Amino acid sequence: MSAESYAWTAHEIRDAVTSGAVSARAVAESYLARIEACDQKVQAYVDVWAESALAQADAVDARLARGEDVGPLAGVPVGLKDLFCTKQGFTTCCSKILKGYRSPFDATVVERLADAGAVFLGKLNMDEFAMGSSTENSAVQVTRNPWNLACVPGGSSGGSAAAVAADECAFALGSDTGGSIRQPAACCGCVGLKPTYGRVSRYGLVAFASSLDQVGPLTKDVEDCALAMNVLSGRDERDSTSADLPVGDFTAALRPDAKGLRIGLPKEYFTDALGADMREKIEAAVSALEGQGAEVVEVSLPHTEYAVAVYYIICTAEASANLARFDGVRYGHRAAAAADVEELYRRTKTEGFGPEVQRRILLGTYVLSSGYYDAYYSKAQRVRSLIRKDFLDAFEQCDVIVGPTSPTPAFRLGEKTADPLEMYLSDIYTISINLAGIPAMSMPCGLTESGLPAGLQIMGKPFDEATILRVGYAYEQNRGLDMGRPAVA
Amino acid sequence: MGKITKQDVEYVSGLAHLTLDEETKERLVGELSEILGYMEKLNELDTSNIEPTMHALEMTNVYREDKVQPSLDRETALMNAPDSDGEYFLVPKILDTE
Repeated sequence: MSAESYAWTAHEIRDAVTSGAVSARAVAESYLARIEACDQKVQAYVDVWAESALAQADAVDARLARGEDVGPLAGVPVGLKDLFCTKQGFTTCCSKILKGYRSPFDATVVERLADAGAVFLGKLNMDEFAMGSSTENSAVQVTRNPWNLACVPGGSSGGSAAAVAADECAFALGSDTGGSIRQPAACCGCVGLKPTYGRVSRYGLVAFASSLDQVGPLTKDVEDCALAMNVLSGRDERDSTSADLPVGDFTAALRPDAKGLRIGLPKEYFTDALGADMREKIEAAVSALEGQGAEVVEVSLPHTEYAVAVYYIICTAEASANLARFDGVRYGHRAAAAADVEELYRRTKTEGFGPEVQRRILLGTYVLSSGYYDAYYSKAQRVRSLIRKDFLDAFEQCDVIVGPTSPTPAFRLGEKTADPLEMYLSDIYTISINLAGIPAMSMPCGLTESGLPAGLQIMGKPFDEATILRVGYAYEQNRGLDMGRPAVA
Repeated sequence: MGKITKQDVEYVSGLAHLTLDEETKERLVGELSEILGYMEKLNELDTSNIEPTMHALEMTNVYREDKVQPSLDRETALMNAPDSDGEYFLVPKILDTE
C-alpha cells in the first residue's frame, strides 16, 4: 500500500482505522491535502468541508479509543454530489436557482453513511439538476477529467467521478437517471453502480425524473462498491418507492471466479456505433471472464434503438413537473421587484434555470401538453414496456448482460455543447437500464489509444446487484492489466 | 406530430412560466424540431396492444400507520424564505383589491 492514505481504497482505510494502524484524522488530513493539491486543476468540489471533516474523523477516533463500534465505513472520506440534501453547507444542484439553499434535513443515504462512520469531505460538481452528460451544464464551474484535463469527466455525476479518479475522496455518491453514475465512472476509470430502482432510498435526493432516478456509489474498486451498497441499500419509510426486500451482504458474494455464470452479449450493443478501440477492450474483458469459467451467449435487446427517444420524452416530462416547485416563493432564488406573482414566477425561473434545464422543461411541457400527450408521452410509456420486456426475456438466457458503457471514451470540453441531440445520443447504452429499472455497473477495462479509460457495463436482473458485483470482482481480480492512476498533481 | 413553430414555443414557454427572448425562441424552434423529429422514430412501432409502464417496479399502494409525527418548526421552515414576516412566506400581491 502507498504511504499516502489518499491512495487507499475505502476497505483498506476502514481496516487500517479499525485496527488502529492509522487514525481517522490522519486519513482525513491526507485527503484534504490531496484536494488542496489537485482540485485547482480538476475542479471537482464546489464546497470543501475541511473543519467538520476533521471533527467527524476525531469523533471516529474517540469512539474507537472508547472501544465502541465505529461502523463499516469507519473514517472513510466521502464526497457527495451536490443534489443530496445535507443540513451542513449548501445543496444547490449546481443551479443558480438554488444558490445559497440550506436543507433543513439530511438525505437518508447521508444519514446512513454518517451512521456507518463515514467522514464527509464536501459537495461535488454536477450538470445543473443532473441534466447532462459532461458536467459542462453546471452553473458553478467546469470539472476536468483527471486522465486528460482537456476532456470532460462525463456527467452528470462528473464531479463525483473526477474526485474518485483523482483520489480526492475514497468514494463518492452520485445519482443516475439515464447513465449519470455509469457514464462518468467509465470516462474517469472508476467503478460506478446504478442499483435497481427502489433498492436505495431517494429521500433527500433532489428529484429530476422520479420514475428513473436512483442513488449509487462511485468507487475505486468493486469491493468498495459492495461495501457502500451494504450501507446504502434497504427500505426507507420516507420513500414509499423503496423496496421492502432483504439486502444481504454484498461483500460476501464476491468471488474471484465466474464459474457457472452465463454472460449475455447483446448484439445491438456491438454495432458500428461502437468505436473499434472500445469494442476491442470490451471483447478482451469478455474473454477474461470466459477464462474465469463464464459461459458466453448472444442475446438480443431488439428495441435498443428506440431507447433514447423514449428516455428524452419520459425524463423531460417528469422533470417539467418536478422542477415546477422552484418558483421563488419558499426557497432559492427570487427575482427582484416583480409587480405580481405571475411575474415573480416567470422572472425567477427565467433567471434561475440554465439553458439545458430550460430546454428540457420546455420539451417536457410540450410532450405533456394537450393534443400531444398521446402522441409522445403515452407512446413513450408503451415503448418503455417493450424495452423492459427485452431485458426480462434476455435474462431468461443469462445471469448478467455485458457490453460497453459508452460508445466512445471521454470527449473534449466543448466538443458536444452546440448540439443537444448529439449529447443525448452519447447515453445510448445506459438509458435503457433506467427505463427497465434494472441494476448496472460500469468498471474500467483498460485504456484506449488516446490514453483514456474504457468502461465495461455489467447489467443484472432486478435486485440482483450481488451477481453484478460478483462478475465485476472476478474480472477485476483477473483482468490482467494495470490501469494505473491518472497523474494529476 | 409535426414541426414545431415559434407559436408552439411561445405557448409552451407560457405554460412553463419561462420568458424567452427572440433569439432564444428561434434557437429553440430549431433544437426542439430536431429532437422531436428524432422522437418520431417511435411511430415505427405498433403499440396498440401494449400497456404503458409508469414505474419499472410493479408497485401497489403503500400504506403506513396514521400517526402524528414531528414536522419542521416554523423557524426552520422559513429559514430559506426569500421574504417572510416571521410567520408567513411573503409574495407580491396576488389580487387587486381596489
